[in-house]
Amino acid sequence: MSAASVTDAYEMVIGLEVHCQLKTRTKLFSAASASFGDAPNANTDAVCLGLPGALPVLNRTAITLATRAALGLGCTVHPVSVFARKHYFYPDLPKGYQISQFDRPLATGGAVVIGTLDDGSPKAIGITRVHVEEDAGKSIHDRFANASAIDLNRAGTPLIEIVSEPDLRSSADAGAYLRELKLVLEYTDVSDANMEEGSLRVDVNISARLKGVETLGTRTEIKNLNSFSGVERSIELEFARQCGVLAAGGAVEQRTMLWDGARGEVRPARSKEGSHDYRYFPEPDLPPLVLAPEWIAEQRDGLAELPAAKRARFASVYGLGAADVEQLTVSVELADRFEAVAAAAGDAKRAANWMLGTVLAAVKTRGEDVASHPVSPARLGALIRLEAEGAVSNTAAKQIFAMLEVEDADPRDVAEREGLLLVSDDAALVGWIDEVFVQMPAEAERFLGGERRLQGVLVGAVMRQSKGSADPKKVNQLLAARLG
Amino acid sequence: MTDVPYQALLARSAREVASAIATGDLPPHAALDATLAAAQHAQVGPEGLNAVLWTDAEGPAADLAALTLHPDLPLAGIPVAIKDNIATHRMPTTCGSRILEGYVSPFEATVISRLRGAGAVLPMKTNMDEFAMGSSTENSAWGMTKHPLDRTRVPGGSSGGSAAVVAAGVTRIALGSETGGSVRQPAAFCGIVGVKPTYGRVSRHGLVAFASSLDQVGVFGQSVDDAALGLQVIAGVDALDSTTVHVPVADYRAGANDDRAQPLAGVVVGRPTEYFPTSLDPRMRTLLDRAADRLRSLGAEVRDVSLPHTELAIPVYYIVAPAEASSNLARYDGVRYGLRVEGNDGLRGMYEATRSQGFGPEVTRRILLGTYVLSAGYYDAYYKRAMAVRRLITDDFTRVFASGVHVLLTPTTPTTAFVAGSRSDPYEMYMSDIFTATANLAGVPAMSQPIGRIDGLPVGGQLLASHFDEATMLRVAYALERALGAEAHT
Amino acid sequence: MSVSENDVRHVATLARLGLDDGRVQALVGELNGILAHMDVLQQVDIGGASLDPDATHGLRMRDDVPSPIPLARDREAFAPSMRDGFFLVPRLATHGTAGAADDEGEG
Ligand SMILES: [Mg+2]
Ligand SMILES: [Zn+2]
Repeated sequence: MSAASVTDAYEMVIGLEVHCQLKTRTKLFSAASASFGDAPNANTDAVCLGLPGALPVLNRTAITLATRAALGLGCTVHPVSVFARKHYFYPDLPKGYQISQFDRPLATGGAVVIGTLDDGSPKAIGITRVHVEEDAGKSIHDRFANASAIDLNRAGTPLIEIVSEPDLRSSADAGAYLRELKLVLEYTDVSDANMEEGSLRVDVNISARLKGVETLGTRTEIKNLNSFSGVERSIELEFARQCGVLAAGGAVEQRTMLWDGARGEVRPARSKEGSHDYRYFPEPDLPPLVLAPEWIAEQRDGLAELPAAKRARFASVYGLGAADVEQLTVSVELADRFEAVAAAAGDAKRAANWMLGTVLAAVKTRGEDVASHPVSPARLGALIRLEAEGAVSNTAAKQIFAMLEVEDADPRDVAEREGLLLVSDDAALVGWIDEVFVQMPAEAERFLGGERRLQGVLVGAVMRQSKGSADPKKVNQLLAARLG
Repeated sequence: MTDVPYQALLARSAREVASAIATGDLPPHAALDATLAAAQHAQVGPEGLNAVLWTDAEGPAADLAALTLHPDLPLAGIPVAIKDNIATHRMPTTCGSRILEGYVSPFEATVISRLRGAGAVLPMKTNMDEFAMGSSTENSAWGMTKHPLDRTRVPGGSSGGSAAVVAAGVTRIALGSETGGSVRQPAAFCGIVGVKPTYGRVSRHGLVAFASSLDQVGVFGQSVDDAALGLQVIAGVDALDSTTVHVPVADYRAGANDDRAQPLAGVVVGRPTEYFPTSLDPRMRTLLDRAADRLRSLGAEVRDVSLPHTELAIPVYYIVAPAEASSNLARYDGVRYGLRVEGNDGLRGMYEATRSQGFGPEVTRRILLGTYVLSAGYYDAYYKRAMAVRRLITDDFTRVFASGVHVLLTPTTPTTAFVAGSRSDPYEMYMSDIFTATANLAGVPAMSQPIGRIDGLPVGGQLLASHFDEATMLRVAYALERALGAEAHT
Repeated sequence: MSVSENDVRHVATLARLGLDDGRVQALVGELNGILAHMDVLQQVDIGGASLDPDATHGLRMRDDVPSPIPLARDREAFAPSMRDGFFLVPRLATHGTAGAADDEGEG
């Protein structure tokens, strides 16, 4: 059997564990700075270092952000949740335990919609739980010969762990889920949610089962993923591996696999899953976290518009196609900028084309974010109006846009100054046409003789003669008129 | 100003001396000088009682020099001895353990800054059972502490060093720590006063954790007033300890000068039958009866009550405490501070060499026990069950105090100070906490004060009160102390 | 319930305590001696008792403002082994730098 037909017989079942770093100034349980890029261990105090006698004190902002994220993912945030200690020895885990949440997490039971099923109903991926926990430090193995270097600056920074139900059935599902999850985390403004920078970390739980079978197969966990493409690629490889094992009559071993981005391969980690015994128990240094239902409701009401809602609104309110909506909502900044420009231009479709075309291209070449692009929504709106009125050609409008990037001026003034306003008064146009007839007697002759197909050639010549300022519509009318 | 010989000065209460210093009637260094002289005389160092591990020569002098005297400085110039598991940044904090040999904390416990803020000076750190795991101060990496009245005996523990220093008349006040009786039991053995506040009353920030849900800083005093004064200064909510509770701190000295004939009129004292088993030494029973009679004569009503789950306290305690200890002691891994032994097999080898050579036998035993009761397959049967029974023990107290009882009177310990080395079986040693561990499990305040002697050895009477009602407990203690007078030490 | 020699070795591994065979032998006896006294708990009727931690006082939270607990002395003053500001530990042989994910626990 070919590899393809082997996998054909099986269905993949995937659940994702996503760790997301919350945007706080200080750590989860200590008032040490949570900033990055500082000298090693500079941002560690008695708590981060796990010094004898140091105690955790919870960061309110971390809980607010975690609550917002959980609500954005449609979870129920619980009025009482409990921190717990998770034990394992590793040099970048200062206390010998991680303060996390275990049997009483902050939130449970949410969902993320990643498109629609064949029957048109929404394809929802369940969120099992969202819990709050502290990050570990960094172990650097390649800096010194025969010693590993420990930097605890990251130790204690706040994370939420978002655990999905095993509802994903393909690497594409996983990709779609992660992209939507990332959007929600950005829209609710709780995290930078950047996989490359490690503020979003993904672990994949994957198993394979014969199609039609209900019971789950033995799962493996893929760790060390640092890009969406890595996630999708590693899923394909691991699924194929598991199918191969099963098809050969073997059994998949429950263990941790590591994604090697450089080599583009998935390989087993040294230690086996089963060897862990985390000895969770309620954190005695922290009483249960009690959140007032009123406060939770406030957070829900204060929640920013979520990606799905924004897409629906853009489609209905602006009458835009799915593709445009998709692109305009990839970030809150772009969506907001678009809405401002659309309002100023009074034409959402033109605004969308300008944003997704000229503006994004300009932003890309300038290497800055759309929100800080120098052409203000008001100016761009005015420019789009000029184009819509037919006062300037699209080509001219693009030239004007380029000029507005360097000088903040009224588009109409710029158009006039640069002679880019379309000339539509007959006198000037007739003048140019006559000049063209003089320069191109043969073509003029044949055109007037009835060769209508030459009209395009002559219009082009007139446009050149007018340096693009002639109104092509008008020119066509006048030429047609000469045929009498 | 007249210089006073040190015995005479140390015979006066901490409050009296503090106010004399605060008002300039005594020189700022008077009490410190007396303490240093007494320490010499009583041989508190390794050459004698081995009660003091570390001393600070410059710190206290500097603090006194910087002291701006004003009359309401409660501990002006008063020396306070500190248990070796409370973080001080001028003296080592080793918890009586080799794994912290030479470790000087880069930060200071909240109780320490509060003492210094009140004008106290801290000349010494005192010996203890390693990581407070013990009831005799025999389990110290730095050698056992001896009983001031009989050097063949133990002072109790784990805060035996602080108890011995106060009992030897070297300081009027010392700090210890409680997890299952580590202040009350040595106070009883040494014939002094020891108070364990309500869990959450005093900050644990800077108290090196043994069992976080049980630990609480405690105070030793030569008298009820000395202990009340010390507690007054260190009590109160602390932003750095999330388990401290914002309950107003009452005036713990309210009962100090109450010389009415019946100061305890309207007070109901409960006698839990479970704390008076038939096996209890009849001479100890007699002393407690005498104390009860005194309380009656002071106007209190004494009634028998029942705390039915008392006998389960030790089994529960010896699951919960080791479980939390196995977690709290995981940080001693040789990576960031403290002892490090390289071993021969990479990281794993370093961990195992460091921890097995750094921890003594009792600590090792409890880490293993605690790890076991938390490990997969045993958590529910041991830890979870123990926590449920712990709740039953707490409910016992809640019920009794809700029934109109204000304080409970019990023996502090089943025996007087025992001979060093006489308790080799771990569980037999654990039983010395049988009357004290309940208060830690329930979180209620409790204290021990001398109520007489057997064969010349002190006997402690224990008072317990409801959560955050240290004030009533101390009011009764003041009255009993005054009523017993010299009988308390005979 | 009682512990076997293997239990003691397993637990010692979890707790990173290096024990020689003699100690292991002794500890089996000591731990069983202690655990025997715990069996009484299995008989207790805990029907009424709540298993949740007491939430009456709730959890105080602090504002997200940097104010680390100041350290009176440098990390170098108490660290067993430091270089260039890093704590040093015996080299951890790992494929890649997956850190904890590669050896213990999780990220
Ligand atoms: Mg996880
Ligand atoms: Zn996690």
